[in-house]
Amino acid sequence: MKSIMDKLLKLLQENARFSNERLAAMLGITEQEVADKIEEYEKKGIIKGYQVLLNYDKIQPEQVTALIELKVTPKRNLGFEEIARTIMMYEEVESVYLMSGGYDLSVRVTAKDFKDVALFVSHRLAILDSVLSTATHFILSRYKENGVILYDEPVDERRGVAFL
Amino acid sequence: MIEMDYDGVLSEKVRGIKPSGIRRYFAIAEEMEDVISLGVGEPDFKTPWVIRKAGMDSLAKGKTQYSANAGLSMLRSEIVRYLDRRFNLVYHPENEVLVTVGGSEAIDMCIRSVVDDGDEVLIPEPCFVCYDPIVTLSGGKSVPIPTRAEDSFRLTAQELRDKITDRTKLLILPFPNNPTGAVMRREDLEAIAQVLRETNILVLSDEIYAELTYNGRHVSIASIPGMRERTVVINGFSKAYAMTGWRLGFAAGPEPVIRQMTKVHQYAIMCAPTTSQYAAVEALKNCDDAIQMMVDEYNIRRRMLVDGFRRMGLDCFEPEGAFYVFPSIQSTGLSSEEFCEKLLHAQRVALIPGTAFGASGEGHVRVSYAYSLNHLAEALKRIERFLHSL
Repeated sequence: MKSIMDKLLKLLQENARFSNERLAAMLGITEQEVADKIEEYEKKGIIKGYQVLLNYDKIQPEQVTALIELKVTPKRNLGFEEIARTIMMYEEVESVYLMSGGYDLSVRVTAKDFKDVALFVSHRLAILDSVLSTATHFILSRYKENGVILYDEPVDERRGVAFL
Repeated sequence: MIEMDYDGVLSEKVRGIKPSGIRRYFAIAEEMEDVISLGVGEPDFKTPWVIRKAGMDSLAKGKTQYSANAGLSMLRSEIVRYLDRRFNLVYHPENEVLVTVGGSEAIDMCIRSVVDDGDEVLIPEPCFVCYDPIVTLSGGKSVPIPTRAEDSFRLTAQELRDKITDRTKLLILPFPNNPTGAVMRREDLEAIAQVLRETNILVLSDEIYAELTYNGRHVSIASIPGMRERTVVINGFSKAYAMTGWRLGFAAGPEPVIRQMTKVHQYAIMCAPTTSQYAAVEALKNCDDAIQMMVDEYNIRRRMLVDGFRRMGLDCFEPEGAFYVFPSIQSTGLSSEEFCEKLLHAQRVALIPGTAFGASGEGHVRVSYAYSLNHLAEALKRIERFLHSL
């Protein structure tokens, strides 16, 4: 049963709009079992929501996204928690990760233009007490997002070899 | 100067072979925009990384010569271990195994080594398209044995017995089956074996889809008592390991047959590609998990399609192997070809008419699920729309 449920999560990650009916067929379990399991995952907070995957390159007006590397001073007893909590409350911030390696926090921010991101970094991040330094990297082009290739027409080299 | 008369030069046998009947139809599909194809019969997965790495390593080390005609000795040993481990088949690596350029070459070598002018070859249909032309080229005569949905597309002992004559030399046993997805269970094979043991007929067991079964492990007819000595088992790396482009397969069987096959192979091909052979050693040694991952994924798609077609009101046999479903479209009143052509024009989905796999495929279409779930979901949606429009 465990592995079937792992597969359920995997299928939802692939396409959260698969109906329970279809998921049940794919996994060889009943629709009720699918519904129960999804509810359980939601209650336990394993499933935290269902979002749409956008191709920002096609959306007008265009937006810019930046990955910002932060070096911070951890607070006694609180480690990186406090600063991370502060940053994640900003609504421009899409994600916050604690990193191993050369810097501490990775922050992803989307805004309407470069200037907005620059203002965000200088006015809201750099001024925080624990922030030692920032390095901002703008995303120039998106090829793949959350496992989904964003090209419109992936070339299928298998065309024409139909019989094998 | 005399002008070339190609008809006067080209072999009558070759000219007599019909080109695949739906080439025209696929030409149309290629021209159209936004076509969703469920036509391709090869895995959508990439060859597992460790296998690709092994191929590259062999190149880096400069292992680019011919191998032994029958294949690298270490590969033949691994094949023997694999057949024992997965299917309880016991062969000797020295003289009972031949490594070939895909399963296709093994089929070719086997038929050519067995069939003389006028010999009859029994071919359960619907089936993969290559057997009949090769039999014809060898001067033999194909004798189709239609299989039916009500028999789960299995070959029955009675139908087999009815088709055997004094000229019958070879039975092709293509299971798990392309295009039906049918498998032969042990009891079905035992019934067939009972008939065959009383004859001098050889079996070409095409087990290229042996790893892709969804209700229990594949059983090889060669593992049935008295059948090892009358069976050539053909398998390969294309389907199980997603290695179609590497062109590597093998045959295992009785020494006298393999010896003749190796002779033809030696003159026709020399040896299978060496790089692919090194990669295949890695596949057999370390990729059981990768196979399982792919089988699990295919299984989800298989269930989705069977369920999807049944909900649309089409009779759909539940395939237990390979990666095809073979729903019946008889309820639409259309022929297989009409159905596929209309569907292509109306909704831009390309399926393959069942008749491409033999006359008994009429009334069915082949749907490959070697595609992503989202691709399949979109195709189902379009097919349903098409059915409503009829």
